[in-house]
Amino acid sequence: MMRLELVKRPQRSALFSVLSPFIAFALTMIAGAIMFALLGVNPLNAFNVYFVQPISEVWQLHELAIKAAPLILIAVGLSVCYKANIWNIGAEGQFILGGIFGSIIPVLFPDFEGPLVLPLMLLLGMVGGALYAAIPALLKTRFSTNEILTSLMLVYVAQLFLDWLVRGPWRDPQGHGFPQTIQFGDSAVLPELMPDAGRANWGFVFALVAAIAIWLMMSRMLKGFEVRVLGSSPRAGRFAGFGFNKMVFFTFLLSGALAGLAGISEVSGAIGQLQPVISPGYGFTAIIVAFLGRLNPLGIAAAGLVLALTYLGGEAVQSALGISDKVARVFQGMLLFFVLGCDTLIHYRIRLIGFAAPQLEAAPKLEEAR
Amino acid sequence: MDITVNILLTIATAATPLLIAAIGELVVERSGVLNLGVEGMMIMGAVGGFGAGYLTGSPWIGLLAAIVVGALFSLLFAVMTLSLATNQVATGLSLTLLGLGLSGMIGTSFVGQPGVRLPNLDIPGLSSIPVVGKLIFGQDPLFYVSIALTAAVMWFLFRTRTGLTLRSIGDSHASAHALGIKVIHYRYLAVIFGGACAGLAGGHLSLVYTPQWVENMSAGRGWIALALVVFASWRPWRVLAGAYIFGAVWIGQLHAQAFGIPVPSQFLSSLPYLATIVVLVLISRNKRLTMMNTPASLGQPFVPDR
Repeated sequence: MMRLELVKRPQRSALFSVLSPFIAFALTMIAGAIMFALLGVNPLNAFNVYFVQPISEVWQLHELAIKAAPLILIAVGLSVCYKANIWNIGAEGQFILGGIFGSIIPVLFPDFEGPLVLPLMLLLGMVGGALYAAIPALLKTRFSTNEILTSLMLVYVAQLFLDWLVRGPWRDPQGHGFPQTIQFGDSAVLPELMPDAGRANWGFVFALVAAIAIWLMMSRMLKGFEVRVLGSSPRAGRFAGFGFNKMVFFTFLLSGALAGLAGISEVSGAIGQLQPVISPGYGFTAIIVAFLGRLNPLGIAAAGLVLALTYLGGEAVQSALGISDKVARVFQGMLLFFVLGCDTLIHYRIRLIGFAAPQLEAAPKLEEAR
Repeated sequence: MDITVNILLTIATAATPLLIAAIGELVVERSGVLNLGVEGMMIMGAVGGFGAGYLTGSPWIGLLAAIVVGALFSLLFAVMTLSLATNQVATGLSLTLLGLGLSGMIGTSFVGQPGVRLPNLDIPGLSSIPVVGKLIFGQDPLFYVSIALTAAVMWFLFRTRTGLTLRSIGDSHASAHALGIKVIHYRYLAVIFGGACAGLAGGHLSLVYTPQWVENMSAGRGWIALALVVFASWRPWRVLAGAYIFGAVWIGQLHAQAFGIPVPSQFLSSLPYLATIVVLVLISRNKRLTMMNTPASLGQPFVPDR
């Protein structure tokens, strides 16, 4: 029997801090090649279709930005939660509520037009996401209810609520019975950045601004220090006078607001109306983005682009090779696995121990002595 | 009377997968490991069970495949969290995400195919006794398995030495290690048991509950099973009670939808999830009870020193 043994490093390895996402990506590619081979497709051909072709033209880069924007926005918010050891996994629900709240103006007051509409919508989207995130935060601080389970359950509730809205009270009466709201008016649509080159909209700019702002907060401001202290040692945080309950609210409201902003940006930018489904799982994929980016906002911006590519690649292999686009979610899941596994290398050295390992000769006697 | 019996039967059918998955997770958490991948292991069990049953034509082989697939999938989690000491919350989440994706990919060709159904137990004579006959002697085999499993886990955890050892590991892995107990070894077995249970629960979904393959057919049941363990404050018999309460909520909302009561179906469909939140709040309000029963090492990675 071989077994693994972890040997603690005296300090975290700077080398592996940088290398681990790349090792993880390489391992994912190897596993992906095996998977494509099993599916009966030449892996090189599949990789070309999956990872290269979707970003070989300018308009495709715009599509990449459209997919990356919500992932980055949500993931930078989640990274603050996870740094504080607080587990908001319901960003998908906060995304949906952001989309719904932001759509109040274009759906219920379609005659209200002008330059004020869009800022108000974005603000409402953030409020919606933050309010929805406040529920698990309140339950955690008031009743110490596990936030993982409550935030996740609220995702299902949000999906059903949106489904009811677009099939019921908010359905477009002239929509031939399709479950969707009216098309948003011009002043309610998030403008495209370079309409001549592609569809990418301001959502991508929001994402980059959020990533830089959160990076500044985490690395240069007291609040970021507070998050890190409470996350690594709640006891030390209490001695320093940092309130844990306040931190729960801060992280949930922040990540909820960013997820809400992502939601309304997606609805107002890429979609242009509310539909029963407005997210291909962005809220969950963003969890992977946060970890692949090592919970560092700048890393997350890069990781968001990588994960956005897995979505585009999934669509590409489906149309070009006839493989299910579920392959995207398999890639995403594998990537997270390998990232988490490689992160172990930062804190530990891994030793493989077999029976013949000479340095272990004395060990059996020790076992007997016990 | 027949209607009541039928409703009770469907409640039992809805409760069985929750009970099986939750009992498995209870053992895992009692050993101090938090595996949030129940939903992923369950859906893998469902697709594995359906696939094997569909290809061989035997629901029993399907059931076996569900168990094996669930156990193998949990092994992935075990290697990561136990051998590589990764964060249990994040690894469990990734197990769920991977399971949902992988099952969707594997199941593409199964969509719309007729499945095989595990036959109900039918003891001539006994199961035709009015009312109780069907309830006690005429249910699907996994109903009996789930009850037996609950009893067995109760006995194992609280009446055997190994069970005591397992609980001690969950309460303090450092002390257990100092006493020479092989913490990692025990935890491996607990995690694999939990995976086998989650796989079996998934098999119930695709071989008994609705004998077909539908993407994401676990519909959050894995998460509800996780909530049940908290709700039960890590006691097997309370898991049983909780599973049946949730089975009743699940079936109740379906009947209300079929009955055509004037509430949008989406609101009724969200009841099981809302009920989960309410129940979690009620149970966690009692801090003393929760503190007393939570395995103290739950979720903390353990790296044995030499």
